[in-house]
Amino acid sequence: MAEEMKLQVITPDKEFFSGDVTMVELNTADGQMGIYPHHIPVTVVVAPGVLKIHMGSELKTAALLSGFMQILPDKVTILAESCEWPEDIDGARANEARIRAERRLTGGSAETDMARAEAALNRALVRLSMTDKK
Amino acid sequence: MATMRDIKRRKASIESTEQITKAMKLVATVKLQKSRVKAENSRLYFNMMYQTIQEMLKKSMGIEHKYLKAGDSKKKAIIVVTSNRGLAGGYNANIIRLVTGSGVSMEDARIFAVGRKGRDGLARKGYEIAADYSDMINEPLYSDAMQITRELLNLFGKNEIGEIYLAYTSFKNTVSQVPRFMKLLPVDMNAVEREAGSETGSSQDLLLMNYEPEEAEVLDAIIPKYLSSLIYGAFLEAVASENGARMTAMDSATNNAEEMIEKLSLQYNRARQGSITQELTEIIAGANAIEG
Repeated sequence: MAEEMKLQVITPDKEFFSGDVTMVELNTADGQMGIYPHHIPVTVVVAPGVLKIHMGSELKTAALLSGFMQILPDKVTILAESCEWPEDIDGARANEARIRAERRLTGGSAETDMARAEAALNRALVRLSMTDKK
Repeated sequence: MATMRDIKRRKASIESTEQITKAMKLVATVKLQKSRVKAENSRLYFNMMYQTIQEMLKKSMGIEHKYLKAGDSKKKAIIVVTSNRGLAGGYNANIIRLVTGSGVSMEDARIFAVGRKGRDGLARKGYEIAADYSDMINEPLYSDAMQITRELLNLFGKNEIGEIYLAYTSFKNTVSQVPRFMKLLPVDMNAVEREAGSETGSSQDLLLMNYEPEEAEVLDAIIPKYLSSLIYGAFLEAVASENGARMTAMDSATNNAEEMIEKLSLQYNRARQGSITQELTEIIAGANAIEG
């Protein structure tokens, strides 16, 4: 039995996930990151991506859109502005959002907020990647 | 002395008012339960956020960051969270009084109104309404809070506003809601320190805490989230408070109506009795006159 640590994923509306896990994988501002128990304490900014929660041999995935994470040796706390299980994602809507974001990026006038459009595209892509796997 | 007809009419009108206040009370009660659960659910996120920010600032004491000091502009943005509808007792009036008595002069204040009642009340007093987000308060979403944060930070970045405040009603329990006025930006280091002094829980871990990317960059990313979470929390608490205030107000209105109906019934019966007695006296007097 692999060692376990506590993982808590909190969104503004509810406690999204809470339980003992063996490993967590996610995207951060600096790239991909995998966390095992006894990690050094660190606070990391989370980038949109797929959150993989390993519990022994069981694997759970969720779309993690933005937030930050506090890692302590025995506990990981993710404060996510938005986090969704694959079954809660509306594929059609995500696809629409992707098309909209792409349009904004390609036909961007000076006023469009490129950073925002890019972030929107990123979010849509993460959501879509989750629905494809389903 | 009012005539019987007047009293009857008055009573009917109060009865229909009572029905309305009773219905409103029921609606407010149901809404309160819903909004209360929501507000309580969001507290977890908010508390974690607050704790993390606090720990970060404690550790990186003396760090130079644009969000930790006031901008050059004298203008102060005030986010005023009220309701779109009245009939909630002193709920909206309290917030307006809080803003006018906050010590921020009227010339410097730029109001970001969330809720029509607060917007109208402050506009009437001569405040400058910079933006109106009144639609949000009906069904507050986290993305709404993010939008306000983005717009305010944008103005802050352009030096159009120097400080950001938030006025809302915090929800203690069903009968007690407390209006609060708090400073959002610059993040008040001293307040954080004061609060931190009382708590020594996880300081060991803190000393070892690392930041990735660097602290300044983490602050860049986290402070907007911190503001959003504060604003979102304020929205949810305000909605719960609004319903709580309305419930209490409508409850006492219903009670008052009942009391009044009772009083009027008494008056009506007395008037009825009086008129019957008078009629009888008149008939007897008439009969006596004929006999005599």
